[in-house]
Amino acid sequence: MPRFCHDFLQRLGTVPGLIMLGLVLFWTIGLIVLPQLSMLDFSFRANLPPSEVGGPNDVHTLENYKYLLYGPEGGSQRYNSVDLKVFFRTIVAAACVTLFDLVLCYPIAYYLGQTQGKHIRVLALLLIIPYWINEILRAFALRIIFGETGVLNGILVGTGLSDAPFDFIRNNYALYAGLGYAYILLMIFPIYNVIESLDRNQIEAARDLGAPWWRIHARVVIPYARIGISSGCTMVFMLTAGALAAPQILGGPSSLWFTQLIYQHFNDSSNWPQGAAYAVVLLLSCIVMVLAFMRLFKVSMGDVNK
Amino acid sequence: MNAWVGVELENLSIRFGDFVAVRDANVNIRGGDFFSFLGPSGCGKTTILRAVSGFLAPSSGNILIGGKNMKGVGPNKRPTALIFQNLALFPLMKVWENITFSMEIRGARAAERRKRADELLEMVALTGQGDKLPAELSGGQKQRVAIARALCAEPHVLLLDEPLSALDLKLRQHMRTELREIQKQVGITFIYITHDQGEALTMSDSIAVMRAGVIDQIGNGRAIYNDPATPFAASFVGENNVFRGKVVQIIGHEALIRTNRSGEIRARISTANLGKLQQGDSAMVFIRPEALDMAGADLEGDHYVSARVTNEEFEGDVFNIFMEGDGGKEIKVSLPNRGQSFESHKGRTVTLRYDVKNAVAMPAGILATE
Repeated sequence: MPRFCHDFLQRLGTVPGLIMLGLVLFWTIGLIVLPQLSMLDFSFRANLPPSEVGGPNDVHTLENYKYLLYGPEGGSQRYNSVDLKVFFRTIVAAACVTLFDLVLCYPIAYYLGQTQGKHIRVLALLLIIPYWINEILRAFALRIIFGETGVLNGILVGTGLSDAPFDFIRNNYALYAGLGYAYILLMIFPIYNVIESLDRNQIEAARDLGAPWWRIHARVVIPYARIGISSGCTMVFMLTAGALAAPQILGGPSSLWFTQLIYQHFNDSSNWPQGAAYAVVLLLSCIVMVLAFMRLFKVSMGDVNK
Repeated sequence: MNAWVGVELENLSIRFGDFVAVRDANVNIRGGDFFSFLGPSGCGKTTILRAVSGFLAPSSGNILIGGKNMKGVGPNKRPTALIFQNLALFPLMKVWENITFSMEIRGARAAERRKRADELLEMVALTGQGDKLPAELSGGQKQRVAIARALCAEPHVLLLDEPLSALDLKLRQHMRTELREIQKQVGITFIYITHDQGEALTMSDSIAVMRAGVIDQIGNGRAIYNDPATPFAASFVGENNVFRGKVVQIIGHEALIRTNRSGEIRARISTANLGKLQQGDSAMVFIRPEALDMAGADLEGDHYVSARVTNEEFEGDVFNIFMEGDGGKEIKVSLPNRGQSFESHKGRTVTLRYDVKNAVAMPAGILATE
């Protein structure tokens, strides 16, 4: 038995320890690993009617992955440019949303983390309260704000800043605003947590040694907060790339998010293997992006848990 | 180097809401001096230091560094460098990067910084440790890195906020000597904050004793120790026996005081209080434990107090003998160990001899609480 297992059982007692261990294993293996493996298996199978499942035609194939690259067999184009475009746009847009959230949240997290006083609790609460509302309702709320007869257009037209209402939805402004807003807390709190533990004296020492404010951030605060920054970015990126509600509700008619394609395969065309293949591609791409990002920030897997 | 840049505090007051942290401080710190602010925690000494370094704006009054008013000058623009109580080394930077942080800010090249770091490391006896991280160093070594980092900024005034308080006793004593030597070597003004009178006395050219936001006395160590200006200064700096009483008679620079329990004591009026004592005033007389001597009863020309011995304590180099004093405080006498024994004195009333110049009288006031 590994040492940590032994210590764990010693500390909790054998029976409660085994129960805990069992629950954790059930959670990770039963609810995460096995479904993902079955999804992986699905992605390599042909879409067959139920009568043929397990029959001679039920073999592993790369068809579903080929489809993402080349489109339907005998199609008019060499590549499946529609889906690929959606895929890359999703990844790039998710990365942009992540960067935008980072730029927006770092000052907030820094302020929350380095300021003392009761008002900090109030501010934190004000940040959290909107998230008591369901994600879909929040998306609809944004739709009301950005809609053609919405609050924002009401103000723009009413004050004479604009002659005609601006279509925020068709131009994807609403989509990016919604995605940017959706996971903001997951960016703020990891950074806030780290910055809160930064010794104020270090900031003052840097200032005392002649550093202007931006160099204090570049040289002292950001290196210290990089663990929080990377775990915030990881979560926001993953969740944004995998978001469904915001694109469904706030996306313009012509703009698809990659998750919507996956959704269509599963739901509308009942092609589970095709949907599974797309989902696997999205998951792997996100993991690769995150690992590259962590490499860039010199953060190891173990640090992210902190 | 940048010798002789002094610091002046003019009517400096610092308030936090209703709380007055520093009240009307007037201090003139000569350039090149080692100047200490000595006082118990919460007396406002750190507040003064933060005001001098620029992290706190005075509520009123001025701070002048090298004759220039520092009003509106930020901490990054002042010719000062601060050594924090917890040192505040940058944990993710190597030692040499820590030391040369100020050069990095000024845009110096890496090779140049590395060279300067090595020079400073040699000066603080840390040669070859430049590539370590602060966490890999011992407490005393971190201390030296903090000093080197501050000196690298070539400040005209170095501010030290109880930097030795985290070290153990041996190391602290060693660092005292070292700090003093570094100060002489670089020839800049040091302003040192401490609650440890031993540190202040051994290192400083000049000391300001502070209590509750007010500076009680400024002077060199000898003056503060031998000629305290207030009961607080007398009881906070070193050990002191206090005798309370009323002035019976003033004789020139001396006063005759009838104490509550120890008879009449003749004492010298402390310099700061000359002319302030009148017949009938409440007064305090301070006599240091080492200024009292167990006397043969019939020596002439000296002055005596008598008291009952309650306890004795052997400390190695000295015997401490405790006697009933007034107001529940005991009188302590320290006698050098010359092989004698005082066991038999317990319970007996003995006569203690003292020299009038070592008994200091002043108007009664607040004592330092232990």
